[in-house]
Amino acid sequence: MTGGTNVTPPHQSIVVNNQLLSRRDMLACQVWLCIASAIQSVPGHAPTTIFAPQGTPAQSIFGLSMLVMAIVVGIFVVVGGLLLYALLRFRSRPFSADAAQEPPQVYGSNQIELSWTVVPVLIVVILFLATTRVIFSTEKAPKPAQALDVTVIGHQFWWEYRYPKLGIVTANELHVPVSDPNHPTPTYLTMSSADTDHSFWVPRLAGKMDLIPNKVNTMWIDPQAAGLYLGQCAQYCGTQHAKMLLRVYADSPAAYAAWIAQQQKPAITAFADPNAAAGQAVFQHNACISCHTVAGTVATGRFGPDLTHVGSRDTIASGSVPNTAANIRAFVDNPAHFKPGALMPPMHLNDHDLDLVTAYLTSLK
Amino acid sequence: MATQTPIAMTTDQAAKTHRLFFDVLHDWLTTVDHKKIGIMYIAYALFFLVVGGFEALLMRIQLAIPNNTFVSPQAFNRLFTMHGSTMVFFVGMPILFGFGNYLVPLMIGARDMAFPRLNAFSFWISAFGGILLYFSYLGGDGLYGAGSAPDVGWFAYAPLTARVFSPGHSTDYWTLALLLSGIGSIGTALNIVTTTICMRCPGMKLNRMPLLVWLYLVTSAMVFVAVSPLTAAQIMLMLDRYLGAHFFDTQAGGSAVLWMHFFWIFGHPEVYILVLPAFAFANEIIPVFSRKAVFGYPAMVAATIGIGFISLSVWAHHMFTVGLGAYGNTFFTFATMIIAVPTGIKIFNWLATLWGGKIQFTVAMMFSVGFLFQFLIAGLTGIMLSASPFDWQLGNSYFVVAHFHYVLVGAILFMIFAAFYYWYPKMSGRMLSEKMGKWHFWLFLIGFHLTFDFMHIPGILGMPRRVYTYEADRGWAIWNMIVSSGAIFQAAASLLFVYNLIWSYFKGKVAGPDPWDAWTLEWSTTSPPPAYNFAVTPTVESRRPLWDLKHPEDPDSNYEM
Repeated sequence: MTGGTNVTPPHQSIVVNNQLLSRRDMLACQVWLCIASAIQSVPGHAPTTIFAPQGTPAQSIFGLSMLVMAIVVGIFVVVGGLLLYALLRFRSRPFSADAAQEPPQVYGSNQIELSWTVVPVLIVVILFLATTRVIFSTEKAPKPAQALDVTVIGHQFWWEYRYPKLGIVTANELHVPVSDPNHPTPTYLTMSSADTDHSFWVPRLAGKMDLIPNKVNTMWIDPQAAGLYLGQCAQYCGTQHAKMLLRVYADSPAAYAAWIAQQQKPAITAFADPNAAAGQAVFQHNACISCHTVAGTVATGRFGPDLTHVGSRDTIASGSVPNTAANIRAFVDNPAHFKPGALMPPMHLNDHDLDLVTAYLTSLK
Repeated sequence: MATQTPIAMTTDQAAKTHRLFFDVLHDWLTTVDHKKIGIMYIAYALFFLVVGGFEALLMRIQLAIPNNTFVSPQAFNRLFTMHGSTMVFFVGMPILFGFGNYLVPLMIGARDMAFPRLNAFSFWISAFGGILLYFSYLGGDGLYGAGSAPDVGWFAYAPLTARVFSPGHSTDYWTLALLLSGIGSIGTALNIVTTTICMRCPGMKLNRMPLLVWLYLVTSAMVFVAVSPLTAAQIMLMLDRYLGAHFFDTQAGGSAVLWMHFFWIFGHPEVYILVLPAFAFANEIIPVFSRKAVFGYPAMVAATIGIGFISLSVWAHHMFTVGLGAYGNTFFTFATMIIAVPTGIKIFNWLATLWGGKIQFTVAMMFSVGFLFQFLIAGLTGIMLSASPFDWQLGNSYFVVAHFHYVLVGAILFMIFAAFYYWYPKMSGRMLSEKMGKWHFWLFLIGFHLTFDFMHIPGILGMPRRVYTYEADRGWAIWNMIVSSGAIFQAAASLLFVYNLIWSYFKGKVAGPDPWDAWTLEWSTTSPPPAYNFAVTPTVESRRPLWDLKHPEDPDSNYEM
């Protein structure tokens, strides 16, 4: 744990982590930052550490967590030190003169006991007030007019994202705009579940929030640096809970506008590749369409991910594998190949049809 | 003829040992003696401790490296469900009730529990629950052929338990097993409360009871309040699954959050139900090996009762991320933080008990010292988690897994080991080998810290619990490897402990009635005690009757109020 710490100056790792703590916390938490950057820098890189916050909710939790950790470490040093001292100082010495004698019996002391009741109460009050501030600043934050709304629906074992004001439906890869602190454009997530409980956790952006059927929860994120933020489902939701991965892309204004424009287009129906056109026919003549939507075609199922622009995504199978033709083919052939327990059944297509469907799906940019 | 004689002799001998075996078996199966029932509880819990530990080992092998395929996701999900359910309901509860059963009547100078038959009933119904849970591995397929053992997690969040998500009968076995175990727990708790209130020997006023008895009284009273909602929830779940009720069935308008409330209003007090007996052992063992009376007896009793009450108002800190709202989160943050105060009082009082003593580092005391440090750390990580925004990050991550294993293993299991080394001589008449005990302690300590110290880190790095595998690029691999390697030490230490239990039963040093020069009533009778415990009902005049006996010139009764 220490190897990496000594060679990496804290400031350098601040830069590496996309302007981590660029403003107010910088002064307050230098020492803790060293520890935090040590934890995240060794060994290798931890893309989901809670100690490299990006955006307001994660930042304010980080600030609180440093205060709490400073207090508990202080308590540990004091109480643990006293314990250790007592154990060494008052160990029995079998060869001393009074070894056979019992030590003086002390039954208690009201003054001492009162003091070690009052001091913890004071510490608790400090902790409680600091915590309450963060609870309310996060959960009761005023929502700016220019905030983006996204509806998140958890499914076994993938994420559905709907942008109601933009008419976009996508899956597993959430695109949000970078939020400039001077003109904040946070993203408000309205969350529920289609089946079992799930939990949305992208540690660098915010704490987690559960997606519960018959209940609507909200949370918000405002990443201030462009980039890809990873996470995964944090509430056990069934067999493939482990591979229900989260990918949040914070796009620069230009990239975000381009993504919106591209996603708002209807699905491609005129194909340059004849295989893709034939693949569309196979897709539409099989059970695929009862679970998947390809906007503007007969495929209108909502049980599985929307495939209108599936070719434009980086990954498939909820972030488990890269979006390559070979992986799509293997997944359609037998989803359990990557995700045993996935609810999509093997489609039992012959090799030729598999090639055609793969050509079709990869062309849905 | 020459060949017949030896045959006749062997048959005769065989018949004799058979009769002896069945006599012994009959004796144990039909006993209502609190000591035998206590030992059966403990043996039963030890068996399941080995089973649950084996399940943990399999999980640690699977998680040692990323993208491992040692077990399937389905098998892994069953393993963590069974591990959690086993350790809480079929190890923690029975082993603590076992010691309680054995010790409470002896410590208050009684000849048995208040309701000996209820005692036997409670044990056997709990035992049946454990067997039923494991029968699911054979019978859980049911008509649907969908899975064997339950795979819904030990807190079995709705709607994963609904029939649509959990077909077959595995969840039913889980429900019924917990239902039975709950009935047994309530029976034993009732027995301990009644025994404590009604069966104390002359002179043993409430404020002269050993602290162990006080803590068992409080923990048993908590069982009434905590286990009843769980039992109710299990019945509601059965109604949902088989009679079309919709308590938790979200597909039909039920509430998943309702189950969470029911479960955690059991689940959090349950943690204290398990940890109070560990405190109880510490309250007896630490003073004896410090050679001092416990510091602040009235404060210890008050703190225990305080913990009992406050622990009933903290359950929703398991639900900080389900959308309770800012006000709900604030309330449960406060309730959770304030429980640190009575808990702190206990640690300070133990510290003050050590202060000025002559501390003897027997194996029982070494485990108690481990408990003190580890419980301190567990409490401090608990404070971190009580700050609800911090919990939004750490909740349901491996940090939480590390935190509660610090409580359950670092505090409770360490005190259970201490209790074994301390009271085994009373139960068996022979000392456990201190030499093997020291090996056991150091091996287990190393394994414990390798596993559970380093387990905090993947949680901070974003690793959620209950995943059967993880991505290689997350930076979790090295920590998981260290965590898994610690499991080997713990397994070796546990095997050594079991060997010590067996070896010492036959070869251990004969203990005598009072090997530790202790002060409570159980040490005034023979080891093991006769069926009737005390030939003459003792009379006491202070909290440490044997101290008074050993120091007639300066008895405790001069100082106690």
